[in-house]
Amino acid sequence: MGDARVIPLHGDGNGDRADPSRRPRPVPASDPGPEADRPDWERRIAGGLAFLRRRITGDYEVDEFGFDRDLTLHVLAPPFRPLYEKWFRVEASGLHNVPSTGGALVVANHSGTLPLDAVMTALALLDHHPAHRHLRMLGADLVFRTPGLGPLARKSGQTLACNPDAERLLTMGELVGVWPEGFKGIGKPYGDRYKLQRFGRGGFVGAALRARVPIIPCSIIGAEEIYPMIGNARTLARVLGLPYFPITPTWPLLGPLGAIPLPSKWYIEFGEPIETGSLDPDGAEDPMLVFNLTDQVRETIQQTLYRLLLQRRSVFR
Amino acid sequence: MPPSVVLVTGVSRHLGGRLAALLADDPSIERIIGVDTVPPPRELPLGRTEFVRADIRNPLIAKVIATAAVDTVVHLNITAVPRAAGGRASMKEMNVIGTMQLLAACQKSASVRQLVVKSSTAVYGSSSRDPALFTEEMEPRSLPRSGYAKDSVEVEGYVRGFARRRPDVSVAVLRFTDVIGPGADSLLLRYLRLPVVPTVLGFDPRVQLLHADDALEVLRLATKSGRPGTVNVGGAGVLLLSQMVRRAGRVPVPVPAPIVHLAGGAVRRAGLLDFSREQLSFLEFGRAVDTTRLRTEFGYTPRYDTVAAFDDVVRHRGLAMRVQPAAVRRAEGAILDAVRAAAAAGSAGSHRG
Repeated sequence: MGDARVIPLHGDGNGDRADPSRRPRPVPASDPGPEADRPDWERRIAGGLAFLRRRITGDYEVDEFGFDRDLTLHVLAPPFRPLYEKWFRVEASGLHNVPSTGGALVVANHSGTLPLDAVMTALALLDHHPAHRHLRMLGADLVFRTPGLGPLARKSGQTLACNPDAERLLTMGELVGVWPEGFKGIGKPYGDRYKLQRFGRGGFVGAALRARVPIIPCSIIGAEEIYPMIGNARTLARVLGLPYFPITPTWPLLGPLGAIPLPSKWYIEFGEPIETGSLDPDGAEDPMLVFNLTDQVRETIQQTLYRLLLQRRSVFR
Repeated sequence: MPPSVVLVTGVSRHLGGRLAALLADDPSIERIIGVDTVPPPRELPLGRTEFVRADIRNPLIAKVIATAAVDTVVHLNITAVPRAAGGRASMKEMNVIGTMQLLAACQKSASVRQLVVKSSTAVYGSSSRDPALFTEEMEPRSLPRSGYAKDSVEVEGYVRGFARRRPDVSVAVLRFTDVIGPGADSLLLRYLRLPVVPTVLGFDPRVQLLHADDALEVLRLATKSGRPGTVNVGGAGVLLLSQMVRRAGRVPVPVPAPIVHLAGGAVRRAGLLDFSREQLSFLEFGRAVDTTRLRTEFGYTPRYDTVAAFDDVVRHRGLAMRVQPAAVRRAEGAILDAVRAAAAAGSAGSHRG
């Protein structure tokens, strides 16, 4: 990473900025034929009612992982759009590095106490990638064990972070997202912000090698500042069975108000893909190759983070 | 060598009876012997099947196998429904001790060349650490500790032991997902037929189903072909439990997990309803399996996927639908019409004003 190439960061964006007209259109629910000349609000009500009817009668499809596209597009994604566009004003760049079809593994840094960075990355790809791709994320066991959260995670396309699932999704041609730092990354103290933690055991590299799909390093700036974690109530965390219990300037001091994230300005950059197609799929059995690739991905993300941080004007602007 | 004398255990139950009847129609099979503890119900015609009322838990079964020179044994007498077996204790005895006795008899017999065992995907357990789909090589993340699932694990253990001791016998282990069909008794249908359907609050398991017709065809193929190996057998795709309840027009009542576990234990001990801890964790995490081996190596693609199998049963089994899809559709139309009428009246009013 010797070259100090300046990459335009603010504004002039290669069309990756929020453009509501390019959002995936909600799937027309029931026969749109005679409805076509109706006013817009009426079609919306009709669409909403049709959605409700599909829900009440169970008339929708989920894939083997439990991914419910209908629910994700119409219910789960919309509430996060204002957060993406107005609150964090996310600027996504390098979306052309993400293929429009076929499997690819997006590897990103993890931060922010709550996994909003994962949600925003998924939304960037769903709303602003030309192919409106669904990011199938790999989550921790804790997510699937938690009542309420577990099924929501599955319905929004996530699955357990384990090699069989990652490989299956990748060979199915899905776009898979992984945050290899896990709880070490998302639950790190504010003082350690933008310092990448250990990248697990490199299991994600093995999965990409076996499925012969590119690895796309993804660097996220801004998520570190949403809930600055100044303390960790370890005993309480242990009692509650959580990996950490965050203490931020507003939580738990201000109660529910502490759940409001600070409005930091976000940048998400998708880096150049690291191809694995030319490598031997048996390389997944070669620990040296796996470690080297893991390091390469980690270094790329770390260097990109430093570069983006240097170019950032302020945390909130 | 195709089978000529077939012994089917559990012949008085739906799947066993239908398999015996199907084999009876096949002229290449010389004799079919059906074994069960109770005589087959009258509505289950077994054709030329010879019925032997015997308990596979006692050594009589060895005599039957020896005198008839049985060459193929199809073991279906593994039940998931405690009440049908007369309680959990006798169910376990039937499943596990029964299998041991049967395998002991097979091991002694010189004529047995082939063994087909109906197992269950319950052997994979059900937990939050499960991969989305289990393949045949995968081990359970949490070993089932009770009920039918544990029985299945133990049965498979004894079958593996038998296969080791008698390498000349071809052994097929068919791991069925929940079998569902018009006429087939299943815990799932009993559960859905409850006045309201209790679910675990905050969980929505994935359920994979196998239509009874497909289960039967797989059993017939396994019996005829003598292909050895362990195979997951299930329809393509999954249904979420919530989706299933709604498709059947039933009313779900989500109950918090701790209460489910407490109440579940009490109800079980009082013997009011049959369900085990395994089934409770299934209600939380569900399970789905990879059926690639069934389709490629075994060479059978189920005619019904999970959704089709379920809808077929809802249609034929007359699950009383509390919520009728047609009514929902009518309500949708009525609301839309009302909104349109209100809008038209509103705009007419504003024009006039």
